[in-house]
Amino acid sequence: MMRQTWQVALRYLRVLLRQPAFIVITLIQPIIWLLLFGALFKSVTLIPGFHGSYVNYLTPGVVVMLAVSSAGWTGMGFIEDINSGVMDRMLVSPAWRGAFNLGAVAQAVISVVIQTLLVVLLALALGADYTHGIGGVAILVLVAALLAAAFASLSNGIGVLARQRETLIGAVSMVLLPLTFLSSALMQASLVPHWIREVGRFNPVNWAAEASRSAAMGSLDWGLVASRLGLLVGLVVISAWFATRAFGVYQRSL
Amino acid sequence: MTRTVFENAIEAQSLVKTYGDVKALDGLDLEVETGTVFGLLGPNGAGKSTTVRILTTLSRPDSGRAAVAGIDVLADPVRVRHAIGVVGQKLGADREATGRENLVLQGELYSIPDLKARVDEALERFDLPGDRLVKTYSGGMQRRLDVALGLLHHPQVLFLDEPTTGLDPEARAQMWEEISRLAREERMTILLTTHYLEEADRLASRLAIVDRGRIVARGTPDELKSELEGDTIHVELVEPDGLAQEALARVEGLGEIALDGRVLRARTRDGGAAVPAVLAALEAQGLRAASVTVARPSLDDVYLRYAGRAFEVGA
Repeated sequence: MMRQTWQVALRYLRVLLRQPAFIVITLIQPIIWLLLFGALFKSVTLIPGFHGSYVNYLTPGVVVMLAVSSAGWTGMGFIEDINSGVMDRMLVSPAWRGAFNLGAVAQAVISVVIQTLLVVLLALALGADYTHGIGGVAILVLVAALLAAAFASLSNGIGVLARQRETLIGAVSMVLLPLTFLSSALMQASLVPHWIREVGRFNPVNWAAEASRSAAMGSLDWGLVASRLGLLVGLVVISAWFATRAFGVYQRSL
Repeated sequence: MTRTVFENAIEAQSLVKTYGDVKALDGLDLEVETGTVFGLLGPNGAGKSTTVRILTTLSRPDSGRAAVAGIDVLADPVRVRHAIGVVGQKLGADREATGRENLVLQGELYSIPDLKARVDEALERFDLPGDRLVKTYSGGMQRRLDVALGLLHHPQVLFLDEPTTGLDPEARAQMWEEISRLAREERMTILLTTHYLEEADRLASRLAIVDRGRIVARGTPDELKSELEGDTIHVELVEPDGLAQEALARVEGLGEIALDGRVLRARTRDGGAAVPAVLAALEAQGLRAASVTVARPSLDDVYLRYAGRAFEVGA
């Protein structure tokens, strides 16, 4: 199972590595986001009640946003595979169905981890202060990986069920900004309307933002970090189950 | 490796499959003897591909049962998957990967031991450049890679769904040679779907004609052809004209007259003797014939007779 998952992941990784333009975009995107949001929201720190530097605040926010937006497109690969006939060839093999999803998820996670490390280094250059050292950064990376894994599976499941690029593009575009703005990714929770805080309690992007911020930059709250990590792990499992089940639904429609 | 020998490598009974209002399979029965090449013929939408999807565990029938290599496809799909090789209608290889990478992934999906040697052997046998990206392969090479992928785990039963559609004549001839070789030397059971009658005639030892989700005729190519005694007359008209059919109906000894575009077909006991009368009848209606041919029955005629319409080539 592990071997098959890894082989499937290798396949998608190779596709990425053979597209230099894609690698450049993947690496430039975090830089643009960090610099752009950093400049745009710089004066946020002037709002009474905002604590600390904005680079410190923003870094975990950009990390979680990147994780969702990068992993959200994972299902495109499956749509491509269904249209080209590769999916049918994989499905008539005796391989474990979970390996097809997890392989694609592994590729998404690897890409997101690389992007996250880039953001971490860039933010450090911009004066970010990782108060809890390397351990805190490790949790930040773990959170990004979990969030990416969950959204990669969801994207795969939607891709297999919808089988149309347009549907997946619509779903990602529709979900990305609301999830970001209904979280503490860019704005301190105490400064947003009450209802957004309430909705945020059910928002995985918010779980990720809270956990990574607390672990890497803020006042370390182990209870918060552990509970949000737990929720994210739960979401990863459920979404992986959903994506694996989607193959069965697809086959029944054939 | 020893293999269990079943009388029939493929058995399907009363398969029914509907998509919305469309009945793709309407009680299809099929038996394919172990070690033979079986041709499943029919136009697009007749139910060939649906049959293959069910037998290869990709899809499930609404009702009916099927077994491949003696294993029930509904009860034990994973074991069936180990026993079969599938070369689908679409190109199944990853175009963004090399031939070798495709084969290695395939081997891992089937947990093939000693994979590297097996991949090298496949590349050599199918004359494929393993380290080139598949998107740079010619159409014939891509199809050979598909077959190599389908055969990599040495399946007992091979499904070839329209294996030569879209190939140029040279690549098609190569593919035919390879299929014949598999059947001859490896005694592999092959289910071949095609809408090329010539292909079925050449490769398959037994045939079934599918139309509207049912088998309408079955037998060896010769049996099917000999069921049609006598000759077929084909008249190609200069211009299509509905009156032509009526004109021929008046000629004595002609039967099964059918008009398909500009081509009139009719059957008769002695074709040569009927030609003058046919031409005279057409002339009496003021119709001109561009060509007249008399032929022994072809599978085309068999198909026309059973499926009630001419065989249409092309997707």
